[in-house]
Amino acid sequence: PQGRLLCGPGLRRSGAGLLVTKCGLLRHRPGGGGAYWVDSQQKRYVPVKGDHVIGIVTAKAGDVFRLDVGGSEPASLSYLAFEGATKRNRPNVQVGDLIYGQFVVANKDMEPEMVCIDSSGKSSGMGIIGQDGFLFKVSLGLIRKLLAPKCEIIQELSQLYPFELVLGMNGRIWVKAKTIQQTLIIVNILEACEYMTAEQRRQALAKLSGT
Amino acid sequence: QVWQIRLDMHLLNHDGNITDAASIAGIVALCHFRRPDVSVQGEEVTVYTPEERDPVPLSIHHMPICVSFAFYHQGTYLLVDPTEREERVMDGLLVIAMNKHHEICTIQSSGVVMLVQDQILRCSKITAVKVAEITELIQKALENDQKARKEGGKFGFAESIPNQRITAFKMESAAVDTNDVEEQAGEIIAKADPPAEVIANPVLHTPGTAQIGEGIESSWGDLEESEKEEAAEEEGESEAAALECEKVETEDTSTLRKTKNDEPIVLSDSEEEEVVILEPQELPRKTR
Repeated sequence: PQGRLLCGPGLRRSGAGLLVTKCGLLRHRPGGGGAYWVDSQQKRYVPVKGDHVIGIVTAKAGDVFRLDVGGSEPASLSYLAFEGATKRNRPNVQVGDLIYGQFVVANKDMEPEMVCIDSSGKSSGMGIIGQDGFLFKVSLGLIRKLLAPKCEIIQELSQLYPFELVLGMNGRIWVKAKTIQQTLIIVNILEACEYMTAEQRRQALAKLSGT
Repeated sequence: QVWQIRLDMHLLNHDGNITDAASIAGIVALCHFRRPDVSVQGEEVTVYTPEERDPVPLSIHHMPICVSFAFYHQGTYLLVDPTEREERVMDGLLVIAMNKHHEICTIQSSGVVMLVQDQILRCSKITAVKVAEITELIQKALENDQKARKEGGKFGFAESIPNQRITAFKMESAAVDTNDVEEQAGEIIAKADPPAEVIANPVLHTPGTAQIGEGIESSWGDLEESEKEEAAEEEGESEAAALECEKVETEDTSTLRKTKNDEPIVLSDSEEEEVVILEPQELPRKTR
């Protein structure tokens, strides 16, 4: 086959052949020389540059916040990395707050660094996540499924109750609905989506909306 | 010359309280392990391969097991063997390692809670009970394994993994004592399906009645009120604002009645109990 073959996550080149390093389904994309990767399921997150994640502020060290992102090291976030932040105008971040940001530096040799603005200086949805709501952890595969365009789960859920949802690529989801029970119901459904088929999910949602 | 043994633990998945699980796994692995037999005659040391002579077990004197306790509200509430969610919101943690002879091997306290003497004594009594159960389970499992090996039955890790059953990413349903729901705040553990059965049908007001705010009446109005009073840690206090307006409209109702409430009706407690959404599940809440 012509073109360059792309070797994705779960595969590694060794000599002339390929080695599989993760268990899962082998996927193939035929465009432009082709790409192969292994679709694997895991809960543990490894920071990757450009990923949007939810972090929990664990400490304030001078000009920098330390965030727990679920990786092996805490990530650092400068207080200037917010939209409209200057030395005089500091963002109001406390220990224990939730932050939605993206990685600018993330490799295995260094501590990961995060920012809450994109390349043009706009926040585009990132920053401190508001009060209340519920944060919980799911597997990374479920997050990727939920982030796919036109995800059925999210569409079906949005017909149930209105709610706010933040998905972090590190497996963390933050949900907020009008009441505590609604929030918990959504949390339970999202957690159960790991192993429910589409049909079972629709049955559960139908029971909930009472139809 | 001495033997050197190394124990590696790989955490595949967890739902909290890794310390306890890891201690049990470690001690069982050491008890289960067999090393090659050795005979020493003067200066001569002969190490026999497993084929020549049966490997011998390590000489384990005792089996210390860790038990963890999570504290909330400055020591008012105590949870044994906390789950992941309970661990994340706890104030303090106390780990006691004990063997079945009631000898304490380790005590470790962390977090921002100050413990009183009698609390620690109470915890060590609980630990004694738990360690006795766990040690008995371990003994039985080791005996079963030995029997299976002798008789040629199936044994090993591959055999102990259940087939055709989902064990990862799955939550057990836990029974909840609904009597205390109004009195104590706490975790509400439920699977997605059971709450579905008892949730009220969303009642829509007549068209033409514009209502900004709650459009759906919640039958959990009273329940929320008590939860708000207890100020659960996970749900923020500002829920109170949202609950305020709900209180005026909803106040009540059993799931069977689809009336629109014009005046706040406060139900008696007993009626509320029947209506409470969380029903006890088949499995009792595990204390381990």
